[in-house]
Amino acid sequence: MKPTDYSSSHHQALFNSVILNEVCPAGEAWMAEVKQGQYFRIVDLEGNQAVDTLFIAAQDANERYSATDTLAQNRQVYLQTGSVLYSNLARPMARISADNCGRHDTLGGACSCESNTVRYAHSKYPMHSCRNNFMTALTQHPIALKHGLNVRHIAPNINFFMNVPVTSAGHLKFDDGISAPGKFVEIQAEMDLIVLISNCPQLNNPCNAYNPTAIQLLIHTGQEG
Amino acid sequence: MNSVSFYSATPLWEDLIPGGHHFSARIRRGTVLKLTALAPVANAAFYCVNSEEKLERFNMPDSLKAQHTAFLSTGHVLYSDMGRVMVSIVADDHGWNDVFCAPSTAEQVMAQYGAKTFQTARNAMYRSGRESLLIEMAKYGLAQQDLSSTVNLFSKVTPNADGQLQYLPSDCTGQAIALRFEMDCLVFLSNTPHALNPSTDYQAADLQLQLFPALALAEHDICRDACPQNQRGFANNARYYGVYSDVAVEMGADA
Repeated sequence: MKPTDYSSSHHQALFNSVILNEVCPAGEAWMAEVKQGQYFRIVDLEGNQAVDTLFIAAQDANERYSATDTLAQNRQVYLQTGSVLYSNLARPMARISADNCGRHDTLGGACSCESNTVRYAHSKYPMHSCRNNFMTALTQHPIALKHGLNVRHIAPNINFFMNVPVTSAGHLKFDDGISAPGKFVEIQAEMDLIVLISNCPQLNNPCNAYNPTAIQLLIHTGQEG
Repeated sequence: MNSVSFYSATPLWEDLIPGGHHFSARIRRGTVLKLTALAPVANAAFYCVNSEEKLERFNMPDSLKAQHTAFLSTGHVLYSDMGRVMVSIVADDHGWNDVFCAPSTAEQVMAQYGAKTFQTARNAMYRSGRESLLIEMAKYGLAQQDLSSTVNLFSKVTPNADGQLQYLPSDCTGQAIALRFEMDCLVFLSNTPHALNPSTDYQAADLQLQLFPALALAEHDICRDACPQNQRGFANNARYYGVYSDVAVEMGADA
């Protein structure tokens, strides 16, 4: 579970402009603020980790990432390099500037103890879930408290590194991940953003290869030092 | 449509939403809302919340992943973010109701169809999906942050192998969709063109609405018994309403 070494190879330029470099352990919530123009990178340290991510506008928390505005505006069901992430006002919030995973999901949403009772069994209710991570962050994280975030601000999220193929016949399934250790995705913020992540603790399906693992989060300016 | 077995023959009320207009209502558990398109190009952006816990709302991802589907049609249900069933789709002549796309925005309507304001067109003015829904939601104290994703009734949007989305028009005239409510809901409807409809002609079919008393569920119900997931969802509803579940739910057992 050791973070990628950013002092070497192609990460050199990134390393020189890093503002934040943290590791989020398996199954935890994580928040940060990313300023307009900055880059936000998520590294899948051990591979096949689903990273449930919400973006909320720092200027007005009632504007947030909208999966359905993003799908409609991009006319594309998957998120990939070049995809623009749109808000519920259909305004660009961010753009996927780099990605070596290939494809990310925004239809699968976040797991919850409530939906676990539906999907698996009522006995799964006590298990840790992304929605509980979101609620933990909303009620305790200083950034959430500063912006007055609450459950009304939670909407369908992005699942970075998650593979949910959709067929033209409308079939949807949760497949084994196409990510691998060290794969990363990076967005460039087009407005000041609040990032709210649940590093998915789901143990009931292959979204995490049944083994939730740590992720690395970096914010950088993109300027070569 | 063969939905006669899902509701009583006589409607409690009937109404008409002219093309381009919007509607909201409290719809009770145990009733069936039937929407019928009266012209070829129809689209109704549908959104609902629990009327007694208004922050419990339709959750598109939970609905899709519980039922392993990327669209909603006959036999599917709409889940809330609390693991409960809000609505059962007991009949659907269209065969595919899009959940990928957000409702149209005012900017898009202006760019695609031009300006038609109240000053120039009176009640034939162009409305967008988003602003229509927000007008109806505001009447109940709900706002922008409360609007999640919609079900776009009468609209089909499919992805190709690469994930590119395509709007597939077809003649909706006379098609009906019957929604059986499993929870007391506030319902918001915008009868405006779908966001991916490429036409530059603002077309929105008039919609007939009829509300019927629902009949008791058959021993094998088309929605509840479509999959074990939906049976567990209905059991969650029984718990919420404090009634005996007609579905046996194993406690402490693994799926």
